[in-house]
Parts: sequence; structure tokens; C-alpha cells
Amino acid sequence: MELRLFWTVARRELREALRNKWLWLYAAGFAALALALSRAGLSAAGYSGLGGFGRTAASLINALLLFVPLMGLSVGAAALAGDRERGTLLYLLAQPVSRAQGLGAAGLALAAAGGGSASIYLALAGYTLLLALTALGLGLALSALTRKAATAAGAALVAWLGLVFFADLGLVGATLALRPPPSGLLAWVLVNPLQTFKLGAIYSLHATLDTLGPAGQYAVYRFGDALPILLIGVLAAWCAASFGAAWLLFARRGDA
Amino acid sequence: MGTGTVTAQPGKSSADAQAETVRVERVSKRYGQRAALRGVTFTAHAGEAVALWGANGAGKSTLLKAMLGLVQCQGEILIGGQSVRRAGKAVRRLVGYVPQEMAFYDERVRATLGFYAQLKGVGAARVDELIDRLGLAGHADAAVAALSGGLKQRLALAVALLADPPVLLLDEPTANLDAAAQQDYLRLLADLRTREGKTILFASHRLEEVEALADRVLLLEQGELVVILTPTELLARVLPEVELTLWVPADRRLEAVNTLTGSGWSAHANGRGTVVVRVRAGHKAQPFQALQARGIAVDDFELARGGAWN
Repeated sequence: MELRLFWTVARRELREALRNKWLWLYAAGFAALALALSRAGLSAAGYSGLGGFGRTAASLINALLLFVPLMGLSVGAAALAGDRERGTLLYLLAQPVSRAQGLGAAGLALAAAGGGSASIYLALAGYTLLLALTALGLGLALSALTRKAATAAGAALVAWLGLVFFADLGLVGATLALRPPPSGLLAWVLVNPLQTFKLGAIYSLHATLDTLGPAGQYAVYRFGDALPILLIGVLAAWCAASFGAAWLLFARRGDA
Repeated sequence: MGTGTVTAQPGKSSADAQAETVRVERVSKRYGQRAALRGVTFTAHAGEAVALWGANGAGKSTLLKAMLGLVQCQGEILIGGQSVRRAGKAVRRLVGYVPQEMAFYDERVRATLGFYAQLKGVGAARVDELIDRLGLAGHADAAVAALSGGLKQRLALAVALLADPPVLLLDEPTANLDAAAQQDYLRLLADLRTREGKTILFASHRLEEVEALADRVLLLEQGELVVILTPTELLARVLPEVELTLWVPADRRLEAVNTLTGSGWSAHANGRGTVVVRVRAGHKAQPFQALQARGIAVDDFELARGGAWN
């Protein structure tokens, strides 16, 4: 009975998510960029197939870093606030559906909607999925916080800028100014899910120690073969924390 | 007229014997410094229609949402004997809700009903039954967005009735309907109440809605239930005075004014050669009787409800 309810709402939310023009726009943009990068990389290399970490893979990882959080945050932010603005959230919660079922089903459906683009690069699928889910959870949390869909979309954009650019610039600035030890640098990297994803993605492509950077080199030295487990654990924790925050904010709100 | 925690309609003895379906006890809700609900207490029985009357911001919609568990509040709300706070989902199975603003997904009528039917664990046969019953058969494959306001309201009622709940909550049920659709819809609701014994609670600010449907009226002011009235009492309270313009022979006009003021009414002769008198709604015949007793004939009259004093 409960599972049937969950799936009913999830199917409904998936249909709504697939109608989100931003999702399709980002997915199309990402697909076009990824194809162009791959083609350029393959032409230059003169062969096809996965060639480990190189210029193409670096470009693709950077593209993933930009697009995946943007898609997750935007779609997540539009979910609850958009439904609230249209009145469909109130109407849904007036039915025999719990808030947990509503939020969980929306999260599952939106993750499924974004899953197509995440699976383009199977080697990175695990990390990408976790990053996408974290971004989606953060987007849902922003959506639970705000009343209007436009406000939620704006907040999502600010969060994306913060994660993608400001955290990166902050890391560079802090490194130059404070000259932290490698352990401190690694801690700073792990605080940002995007940097964690980047480290994991580069490592998964059998990168050399040079391309991992000082934080990555220290991570390999410190954790060895257990590094992927640590990185996946950090991303999974981020994922759980973001969805947990979304749930708490949604439940605490106490209205529709 | 009752106040506070009155539980049954005056003169409706059968209600006492019927099951109590809704119990609201000392329900309060604050939004920051503003009190949206202040210790609201009332009950409603099977087959009873109760109107929530009040100005915008009086707390009508908040109370309906609290009864659905959509707003966390202090106090206790029991529907069908179950606590909204402790068993929100179970309670929502007993309640059909029709919001003021129809908010449907971008689907066709049958698909929309099908989605909510799945949520409520109801089969396709019930969907077909309600489509026929609520006059939606000709629109079953139409997009919801293309429906008129009246048809959307019927669709919302169909969704509310899917699980055949004993309680219906309606927020301004005819606010978006034209006069014909309004009468039609009110007849439908009255039928649900009388034939199926549904308890209907509806927020309203339209007198015709209350007159047509309500057994009792809960008057809310700034979140407080100030009094429980019959529809007739509400009418007298909302429209406390009417203005009568009387045509009396010119030579008796001054005497007519003196007679009326002497009887306690506010009256005067106006520039049109008529006598204007204000009386309480429900007592409009009394000035005629007073003038007749003095042998003053009234040739004609005009009636204005709540109009300006001349």
C-alpha cells in the first residue's frame, strides 16, 4: 500500500520533471559539449576508446563539474517551490500522502529524470550520480526554504556559483595566503562536494600523481587504495545530508 | 444563536443522535506575532453543513488546512475519532478537500482522476461512476486546462469524492463560478449532505452560499470563533438594517415621520417627497403596521439593503 503510494507519486513527479524545460536544455547543452569535446579529443589523438586521463577527460570532467550541479540544483529548486506556487503541492499533501512520501518520491523521480545524462559516461557514473543527487538534495532544500519558484531558482544559481567558482577561488586564495599543509588542503577539498567529485573522477581514470594536484597526491599517499571508498563515502554523506536538510526544512515548514 | 462551544444546530434534534464526525478543540495557530487561530472549538455531525464565515485573514482557510494536517497548530482536531496530528494520513482518507484555487497537473480529466484514485486506493470503476455522476462524461478526455471554472470545480469535487469520505472540506466553493453554475454546484452539495449524510465544512464569504447550504455558521474574527449563528441570524448580523423609502400623502408626511420616530425608528422626510426609515432586517413590516394603526396610507415603497442614509 505504502510502496504503491510512493510509486504513484514518483511516476507523477517524473512526468512533471521531464516537462521541465531547463532539464532538457541543460541536458542538450551538456550532451553537445561532451560530444564536441570527445570528437576534438579523438581527432587529436587519432584513435578511439577510453585512453585514461588526458585533455579530453579533463575537459569532460570540468563539463560534468559545471553541468551536473547546475542541473541538480535547478531541477531540485524548481520542484517543491514550483509545486507550492502552482498549488499542486497543497493539493497533493491534502491527499492520504505523507510529507516523507511526497519528498522522497519527488527526489527519486528527479534523480531518474537526470539519470539519462549521468549515464553517458559509465566510468564516472557512480561519482556523477552521487554529485547529481547531492545537488538535487541541495536544490530541494532551497525549494523547501522558499515560497516562490523564481526565488528558489535564483538561490540555486547562487549556490551553483558558490560551489563551482567561489569555493574554487577560495581554495586557490587560501592556499596562497595561508600555505596550509596537504592535510588541510585535502580537508578543504573534501568540504566541497564538487572538489570531492573532481578528485574521485580524475583518480578513477587512472591519472598520474601530477594531475591529481597536491591534495590528491596527499590523499593517495595517506589513504592508498581506500581513497575511492573515502571519496564515495564523502559524496554519499553529502547526499544524505542534503536530502536530510531538505526533509527537515520541508517537515518543519508545517504548511504547503 | 449560540456562542463558544455550541455543538448542535438549534432545533435540529436529529443531529444529536447522529455521529460526531468533526471535533475541533482549542485550536490555535500563530504566524510570528500574528494569531491566525485563537482557541477555536466546535463540533460537527454527520449530515451537517457548517459554514466558516469571516473577512479575509479571519482564519477560515487556515482552519481548513489545519483540519487536513497541512498546518501545524496547537489544540486537538479529531475527524472520525482520529487525531489529525497523530494520524494525518488516516484522517485524510476520511476527508475530501476542494481548494479555492483549482491546482491540477497538466493532464486530461480521466488521467487526473486516475492519479488521485491510485493515491486513495480506489478502482477505475469509481472514476467512471464519478465522471458520469458529476456531469464530466463529455469532458473525460479533455485537458484539464481547457475546462471552464465550473467544470474544474466539479472535477475537484469528483477527486474529493473518490474514496467516498464522510467529511468534505471546501474553501470558497462557488467563488469562481457564474450564477447558473453556482446554483448547480450548491444543489450538488446539498444533495451530498442530505442523501449521503456527508458532513460539509466550507469557508465562505457569500451569503447565497450560506443561505443555500449551511445549517450553522461559525463567525470568525481575527482567528477567533466569536459566535455560532443560523444563516438567518447571520443575515441579520451582516445586513443589520434596511432602508425603506415610503410614499405617503403629502399632508400626512410630517405625521408619518413623527409616528415612526416615536416608535423608535430613525426616520425623516427627504427632498423627493417621501419618508425614509431604517429598520432591522427581519422587521420590515413593522413601520407599515405602525403607520396603518394611525390611519396613514402607504402608496408605494422602495427597499435598499445596507444603502447609504439618503
